[in-house]
Amino acid sequence: MATIASKRRTGASRQRTSTHEGFLTHRKGRWLKISALLAVALIALYIFVPLPGQHFGSTWLGYTLGTIGALLILWLTMLGVRKRAITPGRWSLKAWTSAHVYLGLLLIVVGTLHSGFEFGWNVHTLAWGLMMLVIVSGMFGIWVYATLPRALSDNRYDEDGAITEKQMVEALRSIDRQIHDAAQPLDSEAAALVNRSLEEDPFAGSFWNRLTGRYPRDATRSAASGLRQMRANKPRVADDPIEKVDALLTRKEAMLARMRRHLKLKSWLQAWLYVHVPVTFALIAALSAHVVSVFFYW
Amino acid sequence: MSEVYKVAIIGSGPAGMSAASRAAARKLDHVLLEKSGHLSDTIFKYQKGKHVMATPSQLILRSDQDFDAGKKEDILDKWTARTADLGVNVKYNAEVKSIRGTGPAIEGSVQKIVTRARDGSSTTTEVQRFAPPYAIELTSGETVMAENVVLAIGTQGNPNLMRCPGSDLPHVTYQLDDPYAILDEHIIVVGTGDAGIENARGLAEDSAQGNVVTVLNRAPKSTNVRESFPTAKEPNAKALVEDDAIGKLAIRYETETKAVEPGWITLATRDGEERIRCDRIIARIGSAPPRGFVEGCGIEFASADRLAFPTLSPSFESTAPGIFVIGALAGYPLIKHCMNQGYDVIEFISGNTDLKPADEPLLEAKFADLPGRKSVNEWLELLRGNIAILDGMTALQMREFMLDSDARFYKKGETIFEKNAPGSSLFAIADGSVHVRIDPNDSSKVVPIPKGSIFGEVGLISGRRRGATIVAAEDCICVEISRNAALKLQSQVPTAKRAIERISTERQLLQMFGSGLSSDDVREVVDTAKIMQVRAGEPVITEGADDKDVFVIRVGSMIVEKDIGGKPVFLSYLPAGSYVGEMALIDGGQRTATVRAAIKSEVIRIDGEAFRRVLDAKPALLERARNDMEGRRRTNAFIESKKDGFSGVVDLYSEQAKFLVAQGLGEATDVLLIDERLCVGCDNCEKACADSHDGLSRLDREAGKSFAHLHVPTSCRHCEHPHCMADCPPNAIHRGPDGEVFINDTCIGCGNCQRNCPYGVIRMDKVPPKKPSLLNWLLFGNGPGPGEPPYKWSKKNTKYTGDPQVDEALDRKKAIKCDMCAGIEGGPSCVRACPTGAAIRVSPDEFLTVARLENEGA
Repeated sequence: MATIASKRRTGASRQRTSTHEGFLTHRKGRWLKISALLAVALIALYIFVPLPGQHFGSTWLGYTLGTIGALLILWLTMLGVRKRAITPGRWSLKAWTSAHVYLGLLLIVVGTLHSGFEFGWNVHTLAWGLMMLVIVSGMFGIWVYATLPRALSDNRYDEDGAITEKQMVEALRSIDRQIHDAAQPLDSEAAALVNRSLEEDPFAGSFWNRLTGRYPRDATRSAASGLRQMRANKPRVADDPIEKVDALLTRKEAMLARMRRHLKLKSWLQAWLYVHVPVTFALIAALSAHVVSVFFYW
Repeated sequence: MSEVYKVAIIGSGPAGMSAASRAAARKLDHVLLEKSGHLSDTIFKYQKGKHVMATPSQLILRSDQDFDAGKKEDILDKWTARTADLGVNVKYNAEVKSIRGTGPAIEGSVQKIVTRARDGSSTTTEVQRFAPPYAIELTSGETVMAENVVLAIGTQGNPNLMRCPGSDLPHVTYQLDDPYAILDEHIIVVGTGDAGIENARGLAEDSAQGNVVTVLNRAPKSTNVRESFPTAKEPNAKALVEDDAIGKLAIRYETETKAVEPGWITLATRDGEERIRCDRIIARIGSAPPRGFVEGCGIEFASADRLAFPTLSPSFESTAPGIFVIGALAGYPLIKHCMNQGYDVIEFISGNTDLKPADEPLLEAKFADLPGRKSVNEWLELLRGNIAILDGMTALQMREFMLDSDARFYKKGETIFEKNAPGSSLFAIADGSVHVRIDPNDSSKVVPIPKGSIFGEVGLISGRRRGATIVAAEDCICVEISRNAALKLQSQVPTAKRAIERISTERQLLQMFGSGLSSDDVREVVDTAKIMQVRAGEPVITEGADDKDVFVIRVGSMIVEKDIGGKPVFLSYLPAGSYVGEMALIDGGQRTATVRAAIKSEVIRIDGEAFRRVLDAKPALLERARNDMEGRRRTNAFIESKKDGFSGVVDLYSEQAKFLVAQGLGEATDVLLIDERLCVGCDNCEKACADSHDGLSRLDREAGKSFAHLHVPTSCRHCEHPHCMADCPPNAIHRGPDGEVFINDTCIGCGNCQRNCPYGVIRMDKVPPKKPSLLNWLLFGNGPGPGEPPYKWSKKNTKYTGDPQVDEALDRKKAIKCDMCAGIEGGPSCVRACPTGAAIRVSPDEFLTVARLENEGA
């Protein structure tokens, strides 16, 4: 039917891609394969290389594994710098993330083999424990990164297409203005109820509220239910202003719920880093202690 | 009525005022007519405190008035004072209604004015020109007599008027000074642009005013305000819709005025006519360019093109003897140009014919590097004489043309441009000849282009990269014509337009179908080819039709759709430079798919029979076409086979493609796309962008539309024909070596590009101060950290010097947009800095392919 004009590119310093490829499948799982191979090789070495029975850590293989592990930890930490240092060059943060994820998982093997499965109540096992905590929090991070973006995206869609966080806030403000106008004829008791909903900050609430998405003392919901109770005791009239306000409050509740779902998902996408990063620093401290102490005692 | 002035100047903008000042300084008997109550109405209405720029800086100002960059108010004050000092005879509130000669009829000087109605029909009126002196009739009924008239009225024009019965009644108005002064009225606002919306909202803002405001909108109601209010800014339209929702005012969709009578208005609605109360009508339906008025004065325009300017002599005299046209109306929108012309035109009128134009030094510099010592005029003559497309130009047009163009000398063997280099300029050969390299690896395979001809037209027309390398075949002189100059040339000189079209059609065919063809082979095809404009969404080929024509996409892009199971399914995307429609020609039978324009496009329609004959004569070409066709056919078959098993996926793929086209991908060359299934919302793309470019982010990740997990953020698409470039006074927007559209340092911050960009990707902002280094932040917490610094921090850390000039520069807002990280090794930072691979930058032809369907799991 037709012929597309031939591709013309200068072949500048930029790498071109034509589809989206996530960090987990980067280059068809290049780092997954590398890490898996390394893990298998290291385990094989551990099993088949004959070494003196005691203090595996001080054997040549132990030292090698330890050095690899320590350097790997430092390199993995450097992701935080790489992410922020936007220097020129043909690097891709996605490739770094991919390597970070799989080499980080490899660290389970490296670190644990290095321990020679000798655990106790000492600084060495503390370093191992912290390392595992970082890795586990990282695994949780992978799960969050792999699943929540889709939910975050789904939550943004309605029948008219996707809306942004800013638009959600705008929509809430617009409903608030309408509630304000519609509530003018209400008596003072009802107006006070409505006012509490209007004064409520959509971003209010504790970190816990955010993470759970539960807001037990929500002013909008209590205003709506309060109004309904009031109306139940009154004779029915046509064009009841309470009814109009109630309808608007219901709309606000729905929008507020969507906004809170949005905030909840966003919080989860970040919350795990509050464990992952500080514990990393604790790990580096413990690791230093471990390195210094082994040179003293062994 | 008794006095006949030597010269009457109409319009007191920079051009008119400068002319009047010269006339006053020369003690010439003159009058300056200004329709408003003050000088320079256009500049007067600029927003308060606007910084007015004095570009181009290399142009020398020659005027009795001073002009330097500065605040609008200061400039106007200076002009007003100087005008009074010089004793300029200004007549304020003098709006001109008509200008006619009172002398004898000029024999053989008849102007034909063609007016086109909305329905496409046209009527021609003939105006007999009369000799001066001219009678200038004012709207007040007064008449001013003058031997010479200088028209310096700019291009703003007058408001469009309503045309229904009763529209001449006094309560039909076209402006609103103070909306709060109107009480207890039924008001109809016609027009849903920003002006109409602002008026309507002002009138209804305070319900205590008691106004009943109705806004008439011709468009149907839609949840997308961009559709229902296409000419308004989005926030304005949204606010209006909101006011309508809460009952402050009423919007009537799909409604027009039918008739007006005192106290009432009859509306034509979708459901029939309706008569409602109406005490006042405010019509804000745009303004008409002053062309009608100008033509009525006997002044001829260079062509029927909307962009055309009046035909002028080197001394600015129009086709009506004694009427001179200067300033923006003559095609010179910059203040300095205007002021110089004001000076010049009075000198010419007073008989100083030796005056060298103020642009003489600029042109001298342009020709300085060429061999052979010639004067500017000799060079201009040489170019006009040798280059076929410049033949129809006047001396004045040549000067203006050369200001935007460059004449260059190339030694034998020197490369003029390389294949795949970006560039939208046109080249013309003034002397010597050039070779087109057909084979990049074999420099002996060349096609000559002779003296007088042009090359580079593909870049000019399609906005795509250069198709071939051009090398000087002997020592030669070429003129590089910038895109703007080339467009102006085509609108001014119709013969040039036709010549360029013909050459470009022929070359495009030859280039597309390979080297086996010569221009003789395709002569018949070129002769029968027609260039057609296609509106967005309009089909050029309809599935099931029996026609046999072949189409070459010259500008814009097309999408191919096939009806499968009652639904149009997207098959492929065709960028400019592709051809389509050969399948039916080669195989016979009906059209197998529909091809429609993704955006406003231009195609070359090639007669099927003529093309068939070329194919028959050239079996190699037929073979190639068959091969090309085979790929297409496989795509069709693939999609049709997938449709049964994975109809959901095919639907999604198809819908997504349509969504992307609706987002302007049809004119994009490189667009940022975010896969929402991968995006964690870290905004590292924005931070990276800010950190790569002076601390200002040029993209807004969250803003922009999404469809089926695909998000098109607010970021530049680097359009084929960038809208932002259309109206840049200092010509600061260019296309760079990697195809990026960027704004250089000469930006004056006027905001035209921001307004012209349909995708809202340009922001006006000042550059924040430099941040402490990343390490400094990481280790000591100094500075605001990665990304765009907060406004407060920037404000606090801007180091003002106390020197008003330096401080002004620190505070000056400039246009900021994506430059695709040109010159930064590794390419776009936003993509490199995405931790999950959600952000990619692609060209639409790379992305909109069937491969995508396979990746989606079909």
